[in-house]
Amino acid sequence: MNQFALEITDLKKTYDSDVVALKGINLSVKEGDFFALLGPNGAGKSSTIGIIASLVTKTGGKVKIFGIDTDENFPEAKRLLGVVSQEINFNNFEKVIDIVTTQAGFYGISLKDSKPKTETTLKRLGLWEKRNEQARTLSGGFKRRLMIAKALIHEPKLLILDEPTAGVDIELRREMWEFLKEINAKGTTIILTTHYLEEAEQLCKNIAIIDYGELVENTSMKDLLSRLDVQGFVLDIDKTLDQPPSISKFPITLEDSTTLNVSIKKDQSINHLFEQLSALDINVLSMRNKSNRLEEMFIEMVNKS
Amino acid sequence: MNRGNEIFVSLITLIRKEIKRYLRIWVQTLVPPAVTMSLYFVIFGSLIGPRIGTMDGLDYIQFMIPGLIMMSVITNSYANVVSSFYSVKFQKSIEELLVSPMPNWAILVGFVMGGVSRGVLIGCIVFCVSLFFYPSFTIVNPLLTVSVLFLTAILFSLMGFINAIFADSFDDISIIPTFVLTPLIYLGGVFYSINILPDIWRNISMVNPMLYVVNTFREGMLGVSDVSIPFALGMIIFFIIILTSACLLLLHRGVGTRQ
Repeated sequence: MNQFALEITDLKKTYDSDVVALKGINLSVKEGDFFALLGPNGAGKSSTIGIIASLVTKTGGKVKIFGIDTDENFPEAKRLLGVVSQEINFNNFEKVIDIVTTQAGFYGISLKDSKPKTETTLKRLGLWEKRNEQARTLSGGFKRRLMIAKALIHEPKLLILDEPTAGVDIELRREMWEFLKEINAKGTTIILTTHYLEEAEQLCKNIAIIDYGELVENTSMKDLLSRLDVQGFVLDIDKTLDQPPSISKFPITLEDSTTLNVSIKKDQSINHLFEQLSALDINVLSMRNKSNRLEEMFIEMVNKS
Repeated sequence: MNRGNEIFVSLITLIRKEIKRYLRIWVQTLVPPAVTMSLYFVIFGSLIGPRIGTMDGLDYIQFMIPGLIMMSVITNSYANVVSSFYSVKFQKSIEELLVSPMPNWAILVGFVMGGVSRGVLIGCIVFCVSLFFYPSFTIVNPLLTVSVLFLTAILFSLMGFINAIFADSFDDISIIPTFVLTPLIYLGGVFYSINILPDIWRNISMVNPMLYVVNTFREGMLGVSDVSIPFALGMIIFFIIILTSACLLLLHRGVGTRQ
């Protein structure tokens, strides 16, 4: 068994407009991984995915999918790859079932063989009832599901999703998370790009951050989060204050008269904060993270680069 | 899975998709040529034709039939491929093909076969319509007729494909048919023999490629032609080879398809 689902070596891309999208990135994704590829808009994520999927021509470098060099045997590599693009890329005037069986046909799966696969995939994604409807009549969320169904119909070993939950409501997003976790548990390697950093934190084991066409981080999610020195918390209190309480070693600001913002270093005890607030006769009613932990780390890294 | 079988299934899938596409909108694709050609037969064939008399020794309506069939085949095979391939680019469903293991030649053949099937189907429809106006029509050389029918449909499907590759807007896919194809077809001997033209216009007409296509088809159907048939057939096949090579090169380089 090959250890890596994806190996990228010195990948470069310069567009005709002389925009340098990738400056030579190196990246490896292990088989079975659930991997996040993050970066701000225009960082080079979609160019990277486009090159892997053969939608974008590379200027230089190597891409291997399960050890198969795409320069030497792209058809074989493509058989192992499923791609969910950022934008809707099917004919809106075709029926849902036709879109999926046609995609299967492009992978060499005959209509007879693709029918049971299509039924299973559409049922799993909650699209079976809508199989005879034209795609244009589907809501945004169902269109996203259809994109995933298309990408999975040939049972790829590596699934790449480029912002699959953009514009999807919270309920459907969580349903999709469960579905992706399930197929990852069954052995499909998943690479995900997203702007919802909570999504990456919830789902992914490893992470790479790309900015200005260069990789600025490539590590495990656990390692990355452990490097977060300070976390911001929001405390709802039972007292109305005009100015923030003064507590040594805990910088506090007032969000409003009954809400405090507190920065806590990772080696500080939260109990100590509560003790001091109690001493000032302030009781904490509830507490939550000010922002997603990964988001804080992401902003810090992108600002540095 | 056997690679050959995989490619065959993908090719059949694409051809089936292309045929279903134009059959689904048959009111826009199949009916208009039948209606337009019926009007040509009524006006130029039945009403004006008898006043014109004969052309190359044939009844005018009889002379016109191969030209009108060819005109329909050319415009429809071209229009099918240019609109279909540009549409898949425009709505990004070309990604469905590009991410799949289909080779470039199979993608090209799939779209061209879609155009050929529509062109040939329209040709048959127009021929059937013509029988209402000239029931005694008999085809002199069926083999040549069918060969030219298919070769012409292939040639203009390839042209449509190249147009679609370079097109960046819907305007770009209508400019060539409107300002290049249509004038060349009308001046390419559909309605007249170039023998009735003054020398200078006859010589100018000889560089119009449509003249060779129309006349070769007329030779097959009626046994009369203004041009050398072996030369015309050779040129059609030569341009099919050139255009096929150009299409494959453009696909390989990702021109108009990959960023």
